[in-house]
Amino acid sequence: MGEGVARFWREIPQRYNFIGNKCGSCKRIFFPPRESCPYCRRKSMGKMKDIKLNGKGEIVTYTIIHVSSEDFEEQVPYPIAIIKLDEGPQITAQIVDCNIDDVKIGMKVESTFRKIRQDGSTGAIYYGYKFKKVIEQ
Amino acid sequence: MRDVAVIGVGLTKFGELWDKSFRQLIAEAGAKAILDSGIEGKEIDAMYVGSMSSGRFVGQEHVGALVADASGFSNTHIPSTRIESACASGGLAVRQGYLSIASGMNDIVVVGGMEKMNDVVGASATETLATAADQEWEAFFGATFPGLYAMIATKHMHDYGTTKEQLAQVAVKNHANGALNPYAQYQREITIEQAMNATTVAYPLGLLDCSPVTDGAASIILCAADKAKEYIDKPVKIIGSGQASDSLALHARRDICTLDSTVYASRMAYKQANLTPKDIDFAEVHDCFTIAEICAIEDLGFVKKGEGGKAIENKITTLNGSLPVNTSGGLKAKGHPVGATGVAQVVEVTLQLRGEAEKRQVKDAKIGLAHNVGGSGASCAVHILEAM
Repeated sequence: MGEGVARFWREIPQRYNFIGNKCGSCKRIFFPPRESCPYCRRKSMGKMKDIKLNGKGEIVTYTIIHVSSEDFEEQVPYPIAIIKLDEGPQITAQIVDCNIDDVKIGMKVESTFRKIRQDGSTGAIYYGYKFKKVIEQ
Repeated sequence: MRDVAVIGVGLTKFGELWDKSFRQLIAEAGAKAILDSGIEGKEIDAMYVGSMSSGRFVGQEHVGALVADASGFSNTHIPSTRIESACASGGLAVRQGYLSIASGMNDIVVVGGMEKMNDVVGASATETLATAADQEWEAFFGATFPGLYAMIATKHMHDYGTTKEQLAQVAVKNHANGALNPYAQYQREITIEQAMNATTVAYPLGLLDCSPVTDGAASIILCAADKAKEYIDKPVKIIGSGQASDSLALHARRDICTLDSTVYASRMAYKQANLTPKDIDFAEVHDCFTIAEICAIEDLGFVKKGEGGKAIENKITTLNGSLPVNTSGGLKAKGHPVGATGVAQVVEVTLQLRGEAEKRQVKDAKIGLAHNVGGSGASCAVHILEAM
């Protein structure tokens, strides 16, 4: 089934540039951005401010996907993890540029802009974030 | 609020049912439940049917009306409503039927649940199940449905020392129970070695940690409790009903290893029934993956958080244990036609409380619990039932 392109470009600011938002009332940070703060509710209305996240965080948990949906078949096996970002929000993303066995809970990671998948050989290509291990200087 | 009783139950065989269509399955389960209940049919006030994704599995929506039609009730024009909450669609349909009688609006309702999953190829079934996850923020990045539960398992093993062998023991137990259930998809036992060495689906989960793709339907007849004995000698009363929601995405939860929707739904049901987890004699829980059963017995309050793996290892939840869990074989061995599952769980609890579970009968079964989860835990329904 073909999907409308708008579904993807409307998420570009978040997926390309890590734009989240911050509640002007309690200062909590959200990613993806929310219309209102679930803690402050009406007090947060009109006070949600966009904020760029630094794209760094730590692996909370992970799995190695061996059986994927059709869109990701050529990538298996691939690690995918829940990452706690430095600013607080947790997200789900692939871990790349390392041996599968190196992926561990607690590993420090940083985002990297990558191709996520494409619609067949002639369809749209979708980009977004993946994460790689932070190399200590 | 009025008391509500289950006065009839019906199930189709669960499995790969190539010769049966979606509408045949639900009509069969409904007819069996009506026959079991002793009602004629004209007493039925309404229908509630759970179906997760008939649109993607068989290309058919508008299934509320379809089910009424297929079961021969289009000419009585009764209201028929489809309920969707991913894998908890069936449990939520039970609750909607329950509420409609408790409120006084209806006296007798049919609750059904079904899914016909084998009319699409395997990869499409996987993709459709992934629609229970957050499409924009989980599935888009390559997370699969087994992958989400695998991440719960990785964290549970890391935080509490739960082992892959304990996960395997859940599958072995549920297959042993399924071997005693003539309606189960897999009526055969498996060994620990088979479970531990099965092909990896999403590390640490292997094929035998996962519930299968299943066709099947289930139905129950609910009735105002004060009228139940007019129809059946052994009605079973619903003494607690709870439902709760949580974030759609696993990553947004308070704790990756706790399904708060289970905690809150069960708390609601226990409170209504004026019971604690200790009062439950047996339970049907949502073991879509082996780790899900371990989380379920913790989040339902049967054991402390982190002790689920040990409880399985100590055989507390086997058929002869102190708290038998998934006597039907569970989703793992009985099969998991997603929309049917929550209704089928209530069928099993009812059969146990009526003393009609045959080879898998729990001794002195007085109070049973059914626990049905949607997605990775974004929704949950819990029902507690007692023999009348």
